[in-house]
Amino acid sequence: MDKQLVLQETAPPSVGPRVAATQLREDRALRLLLGLAAIAMVVALYAIFVYAPTERVMGHVQRIFYVHVSLAWLSYLAFFVVFACSVGYLWRRDERWDAVARASAEIGVVFTTLFILSGALWGRPVWGTWWTWDARLTTTALLWFLYVAYLMLRAYVPDTARAARYAAVLGIVGFLDVPIIHMSVVWWRTLHPEPTVARLDSGPAAPPEMVITLVLASLAFGLLYLALLIVRVRLERLRDEVRQLEQALSLRGE
Amino acid sequence: MSLYFRQLAALVLKDLRLELRRRETVAGVLVFVLLVLVLFQFALDLERAEAARLTPGLLWITLLFAGLLALGRAFAAEYDQGTLDGLRLAPVDRSTIYLSKVIATVLFLSLVELVALPAFAAALDAPLLTPGVLVTVFLGTLGLAAAGTLFAAAAVQARARDVLLPLLVLPLLAPLLIAAVHATADLMAGAAVPWSAPWWELLVGLCVLFLGAAVLLFDALLEE
Repeated sequence: MDKQLVLQETAPPSVGPRVAATQLREDRALRLLLGLAAIAMVVALYAIFVYAPTERVMGHVQRIFYVHVSLAWLSYLAFFVVFACSVGYLWRRDERWDAVARASAEIGVVFTTLFILSGALWGRPVWGTWWTWDARLTTTALLWFLYVAYLMLRAYVPDTARAARYAAVLGIVGFLDVPIIHMSVVWWRTLHPEPTVARLDSGPAAPPEMVITLVLASLAFGLLYLALLIVRVRLERLRDEVRQLEQALSLRGE
Repeated sequence: MSLYFRQLAALVLKDLRLELRRRETVAGVLVFVLLVLVLFQFALDLERAEAARLTPGLLWITLLFAGLLALGRAFAAEYDQGTLDGLRLAPVDRSTIYLSKVIATVLFLSLVELVALPAFAAALDAPLLTPGVLVTVFLGTLGLAAAGTLFAAAAVQARARDVLLPLLVLPLLAPLLIAAVHATADLMAGAAVPWSAPWWELLVGLCVLFLGAAVLLFDALLEE
């Protein structure tokens, strides 16, 4: 009865020669990107440990600064990507936007975690404490919680289309809230100044070697982010294909 | 325009009528607030001077969690009894549904605060019944309801909705907590009505942000 109609309307996705060629090109591009990222990382590590001068006050511990700040920029960038792709998804309802948003959130939470941990590792020898409730740290903690909320929302909503929509709303509202979070936390700390005044920069005028090292480190992490993003999006796309095939098979089987 | 308001009023009256019949939300949340007040005394053993310093924080943490409890119930009845589809099919703008829930939640929480604030003021010996504090409490409740209602609609359709809703809403409401606590503290310390204080501007800004974003985005959450 209705089965015939369904079979005619649902054709399984075809993996024809054109699609295969595109995938081959993508594979090569991805491998190139991964290679570039690896090289950039090696160059950055050299710059961090050998090229950059040793800081006067903090000594070698200061070198964590290059990793820490790079991770910071990428955490913010990743969250912006989540926001942009959330807007894109709600506007276009194309799953690819959602896949990028989700991938960016997953990478972003890892980068934010590392950002916080590297800060703690730096803070312990320099300030004598693992954590302090100054403006930047508090804002970062809240950013971490926003990321985790995004991922948990996706985990707790079983239907993928719905999860994508809900997560998109959280991505948008969360991002819009970030400047307000930052403002409120800064006001909180300036109106009630904390006991230790910490300086996260390297001093009044950073020598050019430090700036170059920072740029190199940021580029390396940026390429890493991009590579991970693409790998993750491809994984999501393959999962979608598997799901479609399973659906088509189950319909045929009945 | 008047049609919009009539629809809004109808939806708000529906929620009020339901609450009047069963009296679950307001009574339950109120008892919760009073219990927490007592528990704070056990946990913190507050002396006079400390109590003055900690009261704004205690008050707002309590209101925040009470609000989350109330919000957990905002769409629960509709979802569990299948009348969410009825809402979806209603010939109203989606924003009407959202705003009606926000208004209803603010009304319920205001009823709770009507009893809770005097209780806090008496127990902690704090000057909480001034117009400034009342305005602050209203703004904070509005912000909480605005953000919470938006994500309550998402959480109610997810698994573990009671666990999920606080996770979604609390990071977003951190600035609200900061602003509300500090505004309350300033007002308790005797500051004149701070029209130009950053905290009230922040609270109003948050309300505008959440209400505005929600009106635009609520449609996406209510879709099938």
